[in-house]
Amino acid sequence: MTTTTGTTTPVLQGRNLVKTFGRVVGLDGANLELYPGEVLAVVGDNGAGKSTLIKCFSGAHTPDSGEMQLNGQRINFTSTHEAREHGVETVFQTLAVSPALDIASNLYLGREVRKAGFVGKVFRTLDKKGMRQDSAQHLRDLGISTLQNITQAVETLSGGQRQAVAVARAAAFGSQVIILDEPTAALGVNESARVLQMIQDLRDRGLSVILISHNMPQVFEVADRIHVARLGKRAAVVTPQTASMNDVVAIMTGAMTVPDHEQQLTPVN
Amino acid sequence: MSSPGTGTAELVEFEQSRTPLQRVQGVLHKYPYLSPLIVLVVAVIIFYLLNDRFLLPQNISFITQQTVVVGTLAIAQTLVILTAGIDLSIGAATTLAQMTMANLAVFVTASNVLPIAGQNPYLAILLGIGVGVLTGVLNGFLIVRLNLPPFIVTLGTLSVFTALTLILFKARTIQAPEMPEVMKWLGNTFEIGEFKLMYGVVLMLLMYVIFGYILKNTAWGLHVYAVGDDPNAAQLSGISTKRVIFSVYVVSGLIIGIAGWLTIGRVGSASPNPDPLLNLDTITAVVIGGTSLFGGRGTLLGTLIGAFIITVVQNGLSLAGLDQAYRVLAIGVLVIVAVAVDQWIRKVKA
Ligand SMILES: Nc1ncnc2c1ncn2[C@@H]1O[C@H](COP(=O)(O)OP(=O)(O)OP(=O)(O)O)[C@@H](O)[C@H]1O
Ligand SMILES: [Mg+2]
Repeated sequence: MTTTTGTTTPVLQGRNLVKTFGRVVGLDGANLELYPGEVLAVVGDNGAGKSTLIKCFSGAHTPDSGEMQLNGQRINFTSTHEAREHGVETVFQTLAVSPALDIASNLYLGREVRKAGFVGKVFRTLDKKGMRQDSAQHLRDLGISTLQNITQAVETLSGGQRQAVAVARAAAFGSQVIILDEPTAALGVNESARVLQMIQDLRDRGLSVILISHNMPQVFEVADRIHVARLGKRAAVVTPQTASMNDVVAIMTGAMTVPDHEQQLTPVN
Repeated sequence: MSSPGTGTAELVEFEQSRTPLQRVQGVLHKYPYLSPLIVLVVAVIIFYLLNDRFLLPQNISFITQQTVVVGTLAIAQTLVILTAGIDLSIGAATTLAQMTMANLAVFVTASNVLPIAGQNPYLAILLGIGVGVLTGVLNGFLIVRLNLPPFIVTLGTLSVFTALTLILFKARTIQAPEMPEVMKWLGNTFEIGEFKLMYGVVLMLLMYVIFGYILKNTAWGLHVYAVGDDPNAAQLSGISTKRVIFSVYVVSGLIIGIAGWLTIGRVGSASPNPDPLLNLDTITAVVIGGTSLFGGRGTLLGTLIGAFIITVVQNGLSLAGLDQAYRVLAIGVLVIVAVAVDQWIRKVKA
């Protein structure tokens, strides 16, 4: 995995992103690079701006200033729909599933498939059967075995099952970048392991993954590089090989600092 | 779930592990129109026992005719409430559409200010329905663009539409004899056996079928539910919540316009003073019908049953010789029970 700049064009790149909410500063000139086929972990304390940062790339937020690129092309997503059309899928921290709708409808929410032929064209009839079958397949791919029925309303699922639905949705449709904001927070040991396995599978398929997590062992297990966020900025980028968990925690809390020009590399002790 | 077959088996097992009450809760959660259906059946049985004329064909025909205006408007109200909105202006908007239609259809009189009046009743109907659509556009615009709560917006437009009707049409009732026949066409009846069915009732049922289909089988329908259920989740799922909400008010305006025409057919004349209970009756029908005022949950079938409950109670009480105050009482109790049941159903968990 390349950790140097210049040689490869990042899939996603953010420069000097600023995002404020009234007086609250969510992002204060944040940078981000995500390279092709890598898993980039984003870690940081609560309120460090991790979710705000990825929401800019998901189309959920429009940054006040700064520049974003997808494969070297400037992007300015105004909706999550637009980001999805560019192959950027997100599992939001809030999951963004619709409780009253069933599992299949949630997987296809906002990109429903119509029936083929006349009925679909004229009456705009949805291909419910097809979407249900495909949804069941996607969940099986993810190894989700605890869901009873694909036509169950999502609100009747447990927190972990809902999270699984959200993860399956992103994994099923992402074609370039998959962003996961704390995807294992509500998952059991087995389900977490499945998600980590899925992240590695996605990388093997050539996708790039951003993983936000507070779980350091998980991060060190799957990440190629670790982006440390602090106070709305990037504080460092390290690799699991060159930095320890203690280093990362020290950077997160401000006990250790890394100068700007060395943020692509390992931290200096 | 390794195959669809085992999936169902697991589900059955899972259902059986719950207490009977939880199972009832689960069934009501899945089929929200069941509780109003039970209420309707029980009411019909009671009123039949009180007076066996209640189930005579002419009385049943009469009940369907009494339901037609509320029933039609309740479709619009259901769409709006599914998005977690509410339309308090629905009665006033219907009157505005209906008066526009009527005044355009009859010949110019001293009090009729519309210049193209009396030309063509078909055009009058179309323009009246167009005014209905415009009321929806105005409500939708204020709610979506200015980000105002539907309750406040429609409370305001309720007054605006009422005033517009009085200003434009000078509080003059257009009487039945001056009204062109086509305007009253929906009020005509045809006979099936001993039942007299109004064309308007057929139109209403047709609209229930069409909108029921749309809500259940199209992306727009799903999005209406999603937007009412959790607007943030819907937005993050790539749905343009503003566009969906706006379109719901416009579509509901279309239904309001059609209801204006229906009202003329049902009553025969067009009065600028709307039925004061019409607004609340549409909301009552929706709520009794099992649709949640919090949005995202409900069915049109339930609303149709709810609309019939209102007229059945009204009609049954008068046949039983009881005061209409009991009707108000019964409806009030039903509304509270319906909301309580909705709260309970919402707590269903796996
Ligand atoms: N929609 C919003 N409105 C107002 N303030 C916001 C909003 N979203 C985020 N913030 C603020 O921006 C800052 C960064 O929040 P963010 O959610 O990005 O943190 P985070 O790193 O994801 O934290 P956590 O680990 O708790 O998820 C916080 O101070 C938060 O209060
Ligand atoms: Mg967060």
